[in-house]
Amino acid sequence: LLQPAVSVGNVGQLAIDLVISTLDMTKVGYFYTDCLVPMVGNNPYATAEENSMELSINAEVYSLPSKKLVVLQIRSPFIKNKYRPFCETLLSWVKSSKCARVVLLSSSHAYQRDDEQLLGTPLRYLLTPDLETEVGGRMKELNWKEMEKVAAYPGISNTDKVLHIPGGGITKLLFTESCSEGIQMAVLLKFCSEGDNIPDAFVLVNYLNEWLQLIKSEVNPSSQWKVPSSWRLLFGNGLPPALF
Amino acid sequence: MATFFGEVVVAPSRAGLDEEEEAREETPEDREIRREIEKKREIDVLWSCAEQPLVCSRFIVAIGRNAAAFLSSFILDSVCWEVVGVVKLWNEWCRTSSTTNVLPTDSFCLFYRLISDPTVLLCQCSCYVAEDQQFQWLEKVFGSMEKKGLQVTILSTCPVADYKTQESTLTLVSPFLKALKTKEFQEQVCCPLLEQPNIVRDLPAA
Repeated sequence: LLQPAVSVGNVGQLAIDLVISTLDMTKVGYFYTDCLVPMVGNNPYATAEENSMELSINAEVYSLPSKKLVVLQIRSPFIKNKYRPFCETLLSWVKSSKCARVVLLSSSHAYQRDDEQLLGTPLRYLLTPDLETEVGGRMKELNWKEMEKVAAYPGISNTDKVLHIPGGGITKLLFTESCSEGIQMAVLLKFCSEGDNIPDAFVLVNYLNEWLQLIKSEVNPSSQWKVPSSWRLLFGNGLPPALF
Repeated sequence: MATFFGEVVVAPSRAGLDEEEEAREETPEDREIRREIEKKREIDVLWSCAEQPLVCSRFIVAIGRNAAAFLSSFILDSVCWEVVGVVKLWNEWCRTSSTTNVLPTDSFCLFYRLISDPTVLLCQCSCYVAEDQQFQWLEKVFGSMEKKGLQVTILSTCPVADYKTQESTLTLVSPFLKALKTKEFQEQVCCPLLEQPNIVRDLPAA
């Protein structure tokens, strides 16, 4: 199961849009949930008049049987106090549907990085203990960087180190719950800020592709991803001619 | 994120993050406060007719002042329609009461039934239903209905400035109609469908 966290810059969700759009995945269902703000629109991955009329809502599931891949896309923010109920429901669905592993795409506030994190790659990963045994080696081969733990009380030494993912939405909660419930989960995240997060989404989806090989990564992997039609006009409408 | 005066301010996020509260473990006092607030924000749907559940074949819902006014001006009258229900709710933006004698400027949410065909229901909802109340509204209203080949029509308005289009909205002829429909709706729609990247949110979306 591949899914996003609703996190800073919506990078995880944008990356998921790229996956669904490029692999032309089929919608197989949706979550009927009171945890997300309701929204509805027409098909965001429409390529032509004929397929543009399917309704789309805030939490939908897509599948690609050839790659044994199921993708959940979340399209609206969480309602207050609903993080925990959503995570619990999601994880119980993961267990009951016998999903082998979960990959969570997320992001974290770039301005909260410490001095060391400011250098080098802005990409990080996390693995639950059950997944560490299986793919930990692969991460080392790929030369990936694990998300650092930070001191629980910054400025005071000798405190415990804890996982802190500012701006990550449900990421930390889902990850810690998965650890304690023995679920194989990987988190892939990028440090970023709010703004035009399309480049961040491309970086994150290429990072994912290094591991899962969803598309052939040739010389320029970014050009292989198909941008969905719903990404139009992200930063406003056309200008009124009277302006000039 | 630093500001002009040097203090560090948390920038608002499009992702609607509200993490500080979620991260804290709840104390019993917190839980009690949260429960009290939830109780205060509960929605009550009060029906004045005896038959429960209401059999419904057509349900027209007008959400927002403009849509509610449209129904008041063109559809509703005291001869053909009778009030059968009211929603009582409170949130930071409005409070409705259980009175059915309302002024157009009040916030209200009333249900009417066509006297000549009691399976036709109409709802005028001019109050704002908050995010955390929308699902409740949905469940409680539709839960009281026995759906017989139910067709639902939702009327709502959005500001033209929110409409995303290649041209500028200044040159658009407004007002204009757009529609969304489920694939089960087979009839002719009277206006063009809403194109991406436009979306509908809140109660009409729910």
